[in-house]
Amino acid sequence: MLHTVNKSPFERNTLESCLRHAKKGSAVLLIEDGVYGALKGTTVSGKVSEAMKSVTVYALQPDIEARGVQNRVLDGIKLVDYGGFVDLVTEHNATQSWL
Amino acid sequence: MTDEMMEEGGAPGGVVKKFLYVNRKAPYGTIYALESLEVVLISAAFEQDVSLAFLDDGVYQIVKGQDTKSVGVKNFSPTYRALEGYDVEKLYVEKESLEARGLTEEDLIVPVQVISTEEIADLMESHDVILSF
Amino acid sequence: MPTIEVAGKTIEVDEEGYLQNRTDWSEEIATAMAKEDDCDLTQNHWEVINFLREYYDEYQIAPAVRVLTKAIGKKLGPDKGNSKYLYELFPYGPAKQACKYAGLPKPTGCV
Repeated sequence: MLHTVNKSPFERNTLESCLRHAKKGSAVLLIEDGVYGALKGTTVSGKVSEAMKSVTVYALQPDIEARGVQNRVLDGIKLVDYGGFVDLVTEHNATQSWL
Repeated sequence: MTDEMMEEGGAPGGVVKKFLYVNRKAPYGTIYALESLEVVLISAAFEQDVSLAFLDDGVYQIVKGQDTKSVGVKNFSPTYRALEGYDVEKLYVEKESLEARGLTEEDLIVPVQVISTEEIADLMESHDVILSF
Repeated sequence: MPTIEVAGKTIEVDEEGYLQNRTDWSEEIATAMAKEDDCDLTQNHWEVINFLREYYDEYQIAPAVRVLTKAIGKKLGPDKGNSKYLYELFPYGPAKQACKYAGLPKPTGCV
């Protein structure tokens, strides 16, 4: 199962809701303003690090670069490009978009 | 607006009001940040007393190192550095918003004054007009 | 979409003659646009056009005329950083006309 999150975790509770519903072994892809959830030293970093014990977290690199946060990504988060995004979608049986 | 009007500019009737632009949104996920910046640039022609406040995700608007090549949208962060030339020099950033995001003043593309939530609240009280984005 | 022909190439412009794609710009295009307005570009014109291109590269906007005038004054001196001088060079309005020749969009705030 692939989950995508495209909202800032500081503005909406979508990331939190997503992590609550993501079962062990599933993939979470952060895109658009969702990539702010992939960063070190924030009030949500702890929650994301904790989740990474049971799910794999990805972030879309072009969205990371656009926002100037390429040097702040949490260790263990995998960066993907648009091709990688497509691969994730095709590799998983279903995609839930947390809008 | 013609060039002449832009040049004369000035406040209608000579009344100068205090305008506060409150920026609370991250730069690319929505259009708010860019819209705010454009309104600031346009209204700078009217020689009002303009201040900008960045709080919540709005602080992300002025983070250094933005590179939008791969997403195919315009990187408008360099434009914040043009504001000084438009006599828009009062930029305030909320300390608590920076801290919640692991950011410091050094991560920002323009010189700003970092102030507390309480001071932001006072800023809102002390302005005639607040434009919220 | 309107176009202009310069040196055998077709260039896309908007309904007011500003370039659609800033990367299409060349000195030949600037000269051709000026010719349309019966304006022969001198060294003084180029000074302003080049200034505007540099300004855009740095700030990603075309400056309002008040800002342009002030910035020109800072860079090229007070005898050039005043509206009389700039309007003589660009009678249709220094920001609007010079921006067009420089391949920039119309300054934010001008309609």
